[in-house]
Amino acid sequence: MNIPNYAPALIVAVPLLGAFLTPLIGRINDKLRNIFVILILGINSIIVGLLAYNIFTKSTTGSPKIWTYVFGGKQEVTSPVVRIMFEVDAMSIFMAIIASILLFVVVIYSWAFMKENTGLDKYYTLILLLASGMLGMMLTGDMFNFFVFLEITSISSAALVAFWTHKGESVEAGFKYILVSTIGALFVLFAIAILYGQYDALNIAVLSNAIQYTFLDKVALILLIAALAMKAGLVPLHMWLPDSYSRAPATVTVALVGATLASLYGVLRIVFTLYGNTLEVITKQIEFLNADILVSNMIGWFVIVLAICSIIVGVMMALRQTDFKRLIAFAAVAEIGYMFLGIGTKLASVGFDTTNSIIHAEYGITALEGGIFHIINDALDVGLLFLVAGAIYYTTKNWSLNEMGGLARNMKYTTIFFAIGLLAVAGMPPFNGFASKLMIYESTFQLNPILAIVAILCSILILATFVKVFHSAFMGPALPKFKDVKEVPKSMLFAMGIIACIIIFIGLFPNIMLENIVRPAAEALTNNAQYLKMVIGVI
Amino acid sequence: MNFFTIETGNGFWTPIVWIVAIIIAFLIMYTLRTFGKKTYNKDNEQVKSFLSGNPEYTKEQMHIKASNLYWGFTKSMNGFYKILKKMHTGNASDYVLWFVIILAIFLLVEVI
Repeated sequence: MNIPNYAPALIVAVPLLGAFLTPLIGRINDKLRNIFVILILGINSIIVGLLAYNIFTKSTTGSPKIWTYVFGGKQEVTSPVVRIMFEVDAMSIFMAIIASILLFVVVIYSWAFMKENTGLDKYYTLILLLASGMLGMMLTGDMFNFFVFLEITSISSAALVAFWTHKGESVEAGFKYILVSTIGALFVLFAIAILYGQYDALNIAVLSNAIQYTFLDKVALILLIAALAMKAGLVPLHMWLPDSYSRAPATVTVALVGATLASLYGVLRIVFTLYGNTLEVITKQIEFLNADILVSNMIGWFVIVLAICSIIVGVMMALRQTDFKRLIAFAAVAEIGYMFLGIGTKLASVGFDTTNSIIHAEYGITALEGGIFHIINDALDVGLLFLVAGAIYYTTKNWSLNEMGGLARNMKYTTIFFAIGLLAVAGMPPFNGFASKLMIYESTFQLNPILAIVAILCSILILATFVKVFHSAFMGPALPKFKDVKEVPKSMLFAMGIIACIIIFIGLFPNIMLENIVRPAAEALTNNAQYLKMVIGVI
Repeated sequence: MNFFTIETGNGFWTPIVWIVAIIIAFLIMYTLRTFGKKTYNKDNEQVKSFLSGNPEYTKEQMHIKASNLYWGFTKSMNGFYKILKKMHTGNASDYVLWFVIILAIFLLVEVI
């Protein structure tokens, strides 16, 4: 069996099979179950790595590959098509790499962190279901499949958020999460129905080739963007995020970061692939300005406004928090704003030249690359900070920063990991966050300098926020109530160490990441003609 | 391929330059430190805080709590925080309301 040929299916099937087997193995032995889950996600990461290697290795024509896998059918696709099909390009596999890293780290960390809890068979089953749903969202090339995987992700996430059922707030957070997710998913389904009703197809490539940008197409686009932006945590649709992130176990929160980014991926796929052929060529007459404006520009500026709101609201709310995890959650909202700022700048950078032809400004590509680069950086930085918060909770049984102090004396390695996460998330050189933020700052400056100034100032405020955490939790005199506090178990340190090492590696060698992974991902997203050619053979 | 330097269109970023700068700064700091007084004794009266003769506070009292940090900044931004606080009600129906508002604005901008 040629594994890369079946890899797209295996990436979803392996954790799904693992999810069903986990409760059975749990009946035999708890340690065996933990090893089994780590093994399942380890194997899955290897398969993702193999597929990524195949995709990122340039084909003979010099363009990146798109891997298609049709379930139960021949590889050829004819239009219109209704069947389960995965279309894996550089962008999809880039997201799958992020999800794989986070999930693998989560299960290693969970070994010690969740040891005292009961119902761990259910916990690990839900984690594997979440993995399956997230990866499915990232790899599928079919809109209805996307909805199904979105639902799997939402339901498993909501159950995980409410995992600490003995704490009322966790159950409330789980309820809020499922409410928001269900409403979002309903609107996604409605939009898919609109598209299916018009074009008799569900495949993204087929739809992308057929879309005429009718009134109903506009409605579908708006429904999809709004619903997925809510799932991604864009202000003012973000309010579920701090509630859910702060009340879930730290391991679940890290997995939720991946699920949130899967929704962000959905926005990217819809804007650049599904509507990519139309948005950048269709203009709209603005009567009061007496001018034609590209639809791409309008959507771009709308996204930019929401992104700037996310950055400001996220950072200002984070600055005031005294609950450790809620503080990180608001900082995560701000970080999502930076990604959307890059995406919005790319959309807004399309314009007309002197001969009225459409041109794509060079800085738009840099902005998109910066935004995509920031996805992995945010996942790692915020993920590491949540794991550190979990480590603090593990030892102090407290989330309140007001109750902490002097922990650096007894938790040296955790302190170092926090310092790495702090500097990385604040975009301090030479850590990974700086490289992606620099690309966003420079490109947005060319669109409008005020955007870059706001982004830089808010980044400084993020640094101030985490300096506050560093001071109140780790610095100061040794508090008598924490005199018996010890460093967390090795498995938790190892999990944090994996992320810290990747952060440092990307920080020191940003161009390896940019040239080999981020740039092909951005190219795959923007080169719609190539996507259509390789999936459905349309030139 | 250059492993270190990324081109941003208008500039570049090389982490190695930053690291060299940090090493140089560290060496300067270490050199200055060596000029320090070598007779410093950790275990005598000179390491104790002098609070004009007042007794030293307990360790819990001396540690500045998270809610007290940046007090001046948050106080000056009180008006803005009032708006933010009003937004974040914690009520799930308000979350859905915000979704409807954004959906309506988006529809107005794009469709009409």
